[in-house]
Amino acid sequence: MAEALKVPTMAEYMAEGKKPEVLFWVGCAGSFDDRAKKITKAFVKLLHEAGVDFAVLGTEESCTGDPAKRSGNEFLFQMQAATNIEVLNGYEIEKVVTACPHCFNTIKNEYPALGGNYEVMHHTQFLKSLLNEGKLKVEGGKFKGKRITFHDPCYLGRANGEYEAPRDLLRKLEVELVEMRKCKSNGLCCGAGGGQMFKEPEPGNKDVNIERTEQAMEVKPEVIAAGCPFCNTMMTDGVKGKNKEDSVEVMDVAELIANAHDL
Amino acid sequence: MQIIAQVLFLVALVAGIGFFIRNIRRLVRNIKLGKEVDRTDNKGERFAKMARIAFGQSKMVKKPVSGFLHVIVYVGFVIINIEVLEIIIDGLFGTHRILSFMGGFYDVLIASFEVLALLVLIGVIVFWIRRNLLNIYRFLSRELKGWPKNDANYILYFEMVLMVLFLVMNATDYQLQLNGAPHYASEAGITGAFPISQFLLPIFDGMSNATLIIIERAAWWLHILGILFFLNYLYYSKHLHILLAFPNVYFSKLRPQGEMNNLQSVTDEVKLMMDPDADPFAAPAEEEEGAEPEKFGASDVFDLNQVQLLNSYTCTECGRCTAECPANQTGKKLSPRKIMMDTRDRVEEVGEIINTKGKYEDNGKQLLDDFILREELWACTTCNACVEACPVGIDPLSIILDMRRYLVMEESAAPNELAIAMTNIENNGAPWPYNQQDRLNWAKEN
Ligand code: SF4
Ligand code: SF4
Repeated sequence: MAEALKVPTMAEYMAEGKKPEVLFWVGCAGSFDDRAKKITKAFVKLLHEAGVDFAVLGTEESCTGDPAKRSGNEFLFQMQAATNIEVLNGYEIEKVVTACPHCFNTIKNEYPALGGNYEVMHHTQFLKSLLNEGKLKVEGGKFKGKRITFHDPCYLGRANGEYEAPRDLLRKLEVELVEMRKCKSNGLCCGAGGGQMFKEPEPGNKDVNIERTEQAMEVKPEVIAAGCPFCNTMMTDGVKGKNKEDSVEVMDVAELIANAHDL
Repeated sequence: MQIIAQVLFLVALVAGIGFFIRNIRRLVRNIKLGKEVDRTDNKGERFAKMARIAFGQSKMVKKPVSGFLHVIVYVGFVIINIEVLEIIIDGLFGTHRILSFMGGFYDVLIASFEVLALLVLIGVIVFWIRRNLLNIYRFLSRELKGWPKNDANYILYFEMVLMVLFLVMNATDYQLQLNGAPHYASEAGITGAFPISQFLLPIFDGMSNATLIIIERAAWWLHILGILFFLNYLYYSKHLHILLAFPNVYFSKLRPQGEMNNLQSVTDEVKLMMDPDADPFAAPAEEEEGAEPEKFGASDVFDLNQVQLLNSYTCTECGRCTAECPANQTGKKLSPRKIMMDTRDRVEEVGEIINTKGKYEDNGKQLLDDFILREELWACTTCNACVEACPVGIDPLSIILDMRRYLVMEESAAPNELAIAMTNIENNGAPWPYNQQDRLNWAKEN
């Protein structure tokens, strides 16, 4: 039986009068969604492996407000932002890493004007920097040579122009990286953004995640790599909808690396 | 005789330009119906972006076929219009090819205009085929039925005619020069070089000088009147983009696409609520007597900002946004192009009321519901694909977001499940009904 993960909180650090190097912002999906929790744990394992001095907010963390803002509830968004910024500033946080592109975008771009200024990184960017600093080794392992395609999360790619960090990590895993017809700045959304995750779609002739899964299937991947818990859910559902769950896995980049390391 | 022609030309020119100025004034007035927004920062970066995207057409060529053809038509059209300068001077002063004193260089100019005219003609014909005969997704949408489709075709016919007139004018002029006709022929020999229109000469074979002059004059007049007409047609057409693409890109958002503006009015209110020292009863007193409380979000064009209205006038109706839109691709009603077209239609409607009545009087309509449906707004995933795809720097998403803001904050009209998710966020700090105290439970689970 695996032992419980060691996940220090900011409160504990504070009690000891210490400050971690980086705050890991887990996000709502990463905290509560069963599938996303696995990504969270994989990332924590990698942080431990690389010897990163980190902490989480735990019960002091709250939704960034992204789904509220994009649904039009600016009021709720700013309430959430104000609460979170108060907590983050209270702990004098300087650097934030998160495995959710929505949290990443919101804290990085929308919090500064409201008084929250931090260096914010997406976990794939952070992992890449660990790799560059030699703290983390990423190599082939069991994914070597596997056919993998990367689905760009809108809020990492188009929204913030980061297309290469996740791909660089995948290349390090020595996988056969194949690109979909629609990728990078032309990538098709998984269908979850803008509050869609929490509601039924408007009438149409198809679900967006099915369309995107079909695009992924065109390149015949063994794994669809994702970098966002919401994309992950949407693509997993899409693969199930196509009855392909036995032959195609949907995995976060962090999970791929952790798995390759047998963590 | 000559002097009458000169006077008529002057009248046409003044009328054409006068009408154009009137239209531009209306355009500016209508755009100013929107809220002010400060985009005076980062001038250098804005200029560079304009040079790259509007002048350099960097986004157009992302679709290689239409991009390449568009560059030809665009370059051709702009350069051939240098010739208009000469036409205007000749028309006003009754001269013949006034710029021909440039000698060899003039020949090169005229020759390249001719080559470009032919290329434009070919490009425009291919455009027509693409638009009318090939089933291209973005040309088939509902919002293109009727006027928008006709508008697109008219302009293609128009450009075809203009290019043909230009070549006919040159061909007959050349023939007249060869014939040694007075006013046309010059002692220095042939003025201009006619690599393309020379092939039209057989058509005019055997015609008398008088007939040739009539044809040449007719082509000359139709060409210049056509250009004046075109100038004034712009305001009513998607072709306004040939002028507005430049300011539109200049004023477009420079921040990361994912960043959506924070509403200052909300920030002020949240600050007041969070401030422990604030007297909760003092809040209303701060507002001026009789001042309307600020409206959140947009239900009509007056609530949008000036850049968003400029966007609507700049839209080329190309549909690149709609072709990339995940909602549209999966059969939802949302089409970002339609959002822009509706916005322009509504602002034009408001403008028409101001034209006739002197000021806006409520006509019982607004942008929301009468033009843009809620079903369209709620289908958006805020993925930014439309913004990325637009070749002229338009941001349809910002309008969608502002209208959602109105629906949620002014009308509490979010779809039910979304309203539940928001209540969850408010109460438990997550869109799902989990307790915030359980937020770290994952660390203990295996
Ligand atoms: S942001 Fe909205 S309108 Fe634009 S492409 Fe995405 S879903 Fe369509
Ligand atoms: S918004 Fe841009 S991409 Fe969409 S139709 Fe208009 S010009 Fe084309």
